[in-house]
Amino acid sequence: MNTFASALPGAFRKLDPRLMWRNPVMFLVEIGAVLTTAIAIAEPFTGRAPSGGAELAPSFTVGIAVWLWITVLFANLAESVAEGRGKAQAASLRQTRTSTAAHLVDGRELSSADLTLGDEVVVVAGEVIPGDGDIIEGIASVDESAITGESAPVVREFGGDRSAVTGGTRVLSDRIVVRITSKPGETFVDRMIALVEGASRQKTPNEIALNILLASLSIVFVIVVLALNPLSSYAGQPASVPVLVALLVCLIPTTIGALLSAIGIAGMDRLVQHNVLAMSGRAVEAAGDVTTLLLDKTGTITYGNRRAVEFVPVGGASETELVDAARLSSLGDPTPEGSSIVELAGGSAAMTANSTVIPFTAQTRMSGLDLADGSQVRKGASSMVIAWAGSAPDDLEPVITRISESGGTPLVVARDKQILGVVHLKDIVKEGLKERFADLRAMGIRTVMITGDNPLTAKAIAAEAGVDDFLAEATPEDKIAYIRTEQEGGNLVAMTGDGTNDAPALAQADVGVAMNTGTSAAKEAGNMVDLDSDPTKLIDIVRIGKQLLITRGSLTTFSIANDVAKYFAIIPAMFAGVFPGLAVLNIMGLHSSASAILSAIVFNALVIVFLIPLALRGVKYRAVSASSLLGRNLLIYGLGGIIAPFIGIKLIDLVVSIIPGF
Amino acid sequence: MAHTRGAFRQTWTAVRAVLVFTIALGVLYPALITLAAQAMPAQSSGSLVRVDGEVVGSSLIGQSFTDDEGNALPEWFQSRPSAAGAGYDGAASSGSNYGPTSADLLAAIADHTAAVAALEGVSEDEIPADAYTASASGLDPHISEAYALLQVDRVAEARGLDATAVRELVESKVEGRDLGYLGEPRVNVLELNIALAEMDK
Amino acid sequence: MTVLFFVLQLVTIAVVIGLLYRPLGDYLAYAFTTSKNLRVERGFYRLIGVTPESEQNWSAYLRGVLAFSAVGILLLYALQRLQQLLPFALGFPAASEHLSFNTAISFVTNTNWQSYSPDLTFGYGVQLVGLTVQNFVSAAVGLAVAVALIRGFSYRRSGTIGNFWVDLTRGVTRVLLPLSVLTALVLVATGVIQNFAGFTDVTTITGGTATIPGGPVASQEAIKLLGTNGGGFFNVNSAHPFENPNPVSSMLEIILMLAIPFALPRTFGRMVGDHRQGYAIAAVMGVLYIASASLMTWAELSSGTMEGKEQRFGIIGSTLFGTTSTITSTGAVNSMHDSFSPLAGGMAMVNMMLGEVAPGGVGSGLYGMLVVAIIAVFIAGLMVGRTPEYLGKKIGAREIKLASLYILTTPTLVLLGTALSFAIPAVRADVEGTSIWNPGLHGFGEVLYAFTSAANNNGSAFAGLTANTPWFNTALGVAMMLGRFLPIVFVLALAGSLAAQDRVPVTTGTLPTHRPQFVGLLLGVVVIVSALTYFPVLALGPLAEGLQ
Repeated sequence: MNTFASALPGAFRKLDPRLMWRNPVMFLVEIGAVLTTAIAIAEPFTGRAPSGGAELAPSFTVGIAVWLWITVLFANLAESVAEGRGKAQAASLRQTRTSTAAHLVDGRELSSADLTLGDEVVVVAGEVIPGDGDIIEGIASVDESAITGESAPVVREFGGDRSAVTGGTRVLSDRIVVRITSKPGETFVDRMIALVEGASRQKTPNEIALNILLASLSIVFVIVVLALNPLSSYAGQPASVPVLVALLVCLIPTTIGALLSAIGIAGMDRLVQHNVLAMSGRAVEAAGDVTTLLLDKTGTITYGNRRAVEFVPVGGASETELVDAARLSSLGDPTPEGSSIVELAGGSAAMTANSTVIPFTAQTRMSGLDLADGSQVRKGASSMVIAWAGSAPDDLEPVITRISESGGTPLVVARDKQILGVVHLKDIVKEGLKERFADLRAMGIRTVMITGDNPLTAKAIAAEAGVDDFLAEATPEDKIAYIRTEQEGGNLVAMTGDGTNDAPALAQADVGVAMNTGTSAAKEAGNMVDLDSDPTKLIDIVRIGKQLLITRGSLTTFSIANDVAKYFAIIPAMFAGVFPGLAVLNIMGLHSSASAILSAIVFNALVIVFLIPLALRGVKYRAVSASSLLGRNLLIYGLGGIIAPFIGIKLIDLVVSIIPGF
Repeated sequence: MAHTRGAFRQTWTAVRAVLVFTIALGVLYPALITLAAQAMPAQSSGSLVRVDGEVVGSSLIGQSFTDDEGNALPEWFQSRPSAAGAGYDGAASSGSNYGPTSADLLAAIADHTAAVAALEGVSEDEIPADAYTASASGLDPHISEAYALLQVDRVAEARGLDATAVRELVESKVEGRDLGYLGEPRVNVLELNIALAEMDK
Repeated sequence: MTVLFFVLQLVTIAVVIGLLYRPLGDYLAYAFTTSKNLRVERGFYRLIGVTPESEQNWSAYLRGVLAFSAVGILLLYALQRLQQLLPFALGFPAASEHLSFNTAISFVTNTNWQSYSPDLTFGYGVQLVGLTVQNFVSAAVGLAVAVALIRGFSYRRSGTIGNFWVDLTRGVTRVLLPLSVLTALVLVATGVIQNFAGFTDVTTITGGTATIPGGPVASQEAIKLLGTNGGGFFNVNSAHPFENPNPVSSMLEIILMLAIPFALPRTFGRMVGDHRQGYAIAAVMGVLYIASASLMTWAELSSGTMEGKEQRFGIIGSTLFGTTSTITSTGAVNSMHDSFSPLAGGMAMVNMMLGEVAPGGVGSGLYGMLVVAIIAVFIAGLMVGRTPEYLGKKIGAREIKLASLYILTTPTLVLLGTALSFAIPAVRADVEGTSIWNPGLHGFGEVLYAFTSAANNNGSAFAGLTANTPWFNTALGVAMMLGRFLPIVFVLALAGSLAAQDRVPVTTGTLPTHRPQFVGLLLGVVVIVSALTYFPVLALGPLAEGLQ
């Protein structure tokens, strides 16, 4: 209720015709309200015009005028409420934008507002970074909570994929040099503010199409209503202007017209709630259309690290011997793989004193431990360990092949130049992903896994994760080529990326989600930025895109379906005076002509308010096939849209009929 | 430029196409059908009915059996009311086009009903619908079996014929539904009257 | 018993149309897609200066349609104005300027509204060289535009949508002409006349005089129905015994009207490579047709009379023909719709108000239905969370704009035309004094019917209306012209826009457009859109009259 109250002033401000003009359906209602109000004011002096050969209640015109204004206000309210949700967020963002001093490398001091593209600034601990840019020197921990809401500091460093910093965030330690990559007033924060406030909101292609359809329907109804009086002047009696305005307002799709922009704003807002910034509404809509989803294997489909899942002894060694050696070899191994071996081996026996850790190097591709008693334990890539040991048991080769084919990585373990067995390291597919991919498949979306692994491994993981296709040993060029082929086939492609080398592919994709931790190049290239840097969020983004379209479609259906009942309320009321036979169309048994028309108008206004929460929340989306989704929504919003107003108008009429004169 | 030239070229194409089509479809096609239709001379020339070698009408085009003032000739079976010209004008086919709620229609129906009732000496509610309604073409060659039977006594009396014989004649002239289910049963008035005259000879 | 005969006749129609669906639809697809030209066609292309292999973009295709139709209108106007100089004029003088204007547009737009009584106006010269020719080519234009729209769906990333002159020619040489020759001869066999005898006076058996008309009727009758034209050789159209001699010929004429419009969905399915799409469209048309025929027959059996009906057809034969004619944009009649009971007459209007899509006119029915399908797909597509697509083509702002303009056109013409007839005082005096035959609500219905018929290119009438006045000849002429060519402009632009697109592949997230669900949805959209538009005027006219 509170949000409604605070949105009310905004709703009144939006009555300005120059703003209303942007929404043709509601603009028509406003014109009708003005016209009816003028007539209501004039009536005491000019007398009331009869309508359809019948006298209407004295307060009829006033009632219609009041409720028309309420209808317009409700529509504005919907938009204001939707916008209000972004306001708070914008306010906190604004604070980060307060002007700070920037120390340029060349010693100059500038206000952050005067920084231009290519300026290089120095930022030390405790200072606020004055603008968006890439680190060109140094490393620092940065507090980005102002933007992401995440309080833990993040590390930003020169080179690699974590070099981008955002203006308004604070350096907590160390010193960095940043090259500014945004123009004044176009920083990330500026864009974010504009987005959450809905100020930069432009109509999306699909919204434009829907608007055209709604405007056309309105034009048809304007013509229907305009034609009515010349016709009824011959066959019957002309209707009064307030009655005609009431008919028009009831027929034009006011429900969807009132809620359309709120739906759009709320859709963007839902993304913001998920900590995703869409650079355009177009991208959100495109997300709903995505048919191919490119997902990086590491970090998205699998946990970042491989885990040990099995010990396979070979050459007559016992399992205990192998497990023991494997544990020993990993005690000094700080990598996640190493700790997973220790974990699987059971317990973290303390490292015996005086043993020497042999770390992994790219040359040896082995790691291990030289114990105090002189025995040596090693684990590593099979070829290197075999070379170290000098010979291999006959049964080693089949085990290695089996593990490789299943998508795992075999680590050969040896002790004192004797090969004891193999540790099976495996990529672990994140839980629940298989089900999500199945959902996506039901939605008609193909998932494609991108990996640097060899095809054999990739194939096995792809099968385990349940993706539809994979791209193995993928280079950035391969990615772009893959996206292009998909697009040639008419598919819409979504992908995530963070590195600079992802940028071309992000730009090529229809929906490119850049990780906030990524480089500026990646963030520039994509059309969305995920502040949480969570690659699986792509799935949520698709869902939100679809929900946006579904909400629009469902409320349009509802709005048009409503017209049926309104006709049954108004047409007999308009002409029953001349043609009593038409009273059989009054199937709702409405009390009088005046109460029937007023009830229809009141219903028309109230339904907007009732539907504001739905417009903001969005129609529930289920991952089912298109036809069952359509069947469900048709039932609820189509059939429901036909039935609901019959009940609503009847109930309102019961109340209205109590008013004296109606 | 290209547009203008294109439009001009297409217009010139259009002129030539219209002319060629006019010759092919407006001259050659009807000529072909007319020639081929010669194989069915009876139908193509209008299902003409001859008595003693003289054409007396077409079995498809209804006629009135009235005197010059439009009064029914009692010795003939009567056709339905007609709105074609002054009645059964083969050069001016037409229905009455009275609307279903038209006062004129009610008046016309009342007139026709009264006239038929008077002519046949029956009460008004015995009269079948086709007897008091104007047909669509104004040239309807048929009446219902009921209306034909209604006229039997009057015709027989006017001609001094046995009513049973006339009734049998009518019944022999009743055409059933085409193929048993298309259209309505009916009696061709001209053919019935010719047969009647034949019988009365 | 009556109901049984109605059902049997409906079943007959369904069976015959069902049997024709595949062969005729496939043949049409072949005729418009084959690369082989007949010798006669090659000769024709040389005569008119067209290279059959070169395809046109949508605007060139449209310029072809418009140029050809404009020349057709001019020639037809000239023929009427110079009638007395033509052979077989039967002594009739030149038609008036406004009548010639109206009639020229009427026949070129496939409407065949007749403000005049042919028996008393035109000799065989105008009927053959003018009207029969346009009966063929106006239907062929409709076919061509429909085929162009289908190509919009079947082509991928194409700048062209076919060649209008080739489509026009093939529509005539391969479809309409051969079928007309065949059916004209069958019609003669049933008793339809084909001669040049003029009016013959004979002495009747009572000694009176009867006039027997003549004329090349069968040749025109065949194409009048096959091409969903509907312009009668005689004033009373197919109620005339020489146009429609018996119930068998009447059933044949019904089937002729339905044959091509109902086969075109098959052509559509074949050309887009998915027959199920064709079945879905045909199903929508079929359900609407059966429902409409049943409603009109029920209304007429409940409160209709034999006024304005032929004894040989009876009530069922009249309403079946009336439904078929008004719902196929033919406009032929075998009974007088003006004398139908109010609700049955209202149904005739509803059939036209549906937009002539069930199955509609030759070509125009299919393209009209596909445009409504685009609207239906748009709304339904949103409801499944995708940018809507139909047969893999995205329905974006441009497509919706064109489809909306199409949908807007006829209601605007109908409502404004009818309203203006009563809103302009001088016109109103003339309409009330001269034109309206049945005063009151029914007279309002006559005017509404006239504009509905003209704007939807149907051509039937509440024939009591005297339409041969400057106002109606002009206003209805404009309504017919805009009602035909504005939609064609939008459809061809749509075809161009669709053809240029690639095809989005079908996934489980794609809205299936071949299932009963979509059939129901499309049905709903067709009915609701027209119901919402026309409910008030129908309430003022037939409903108020019927509920009195």
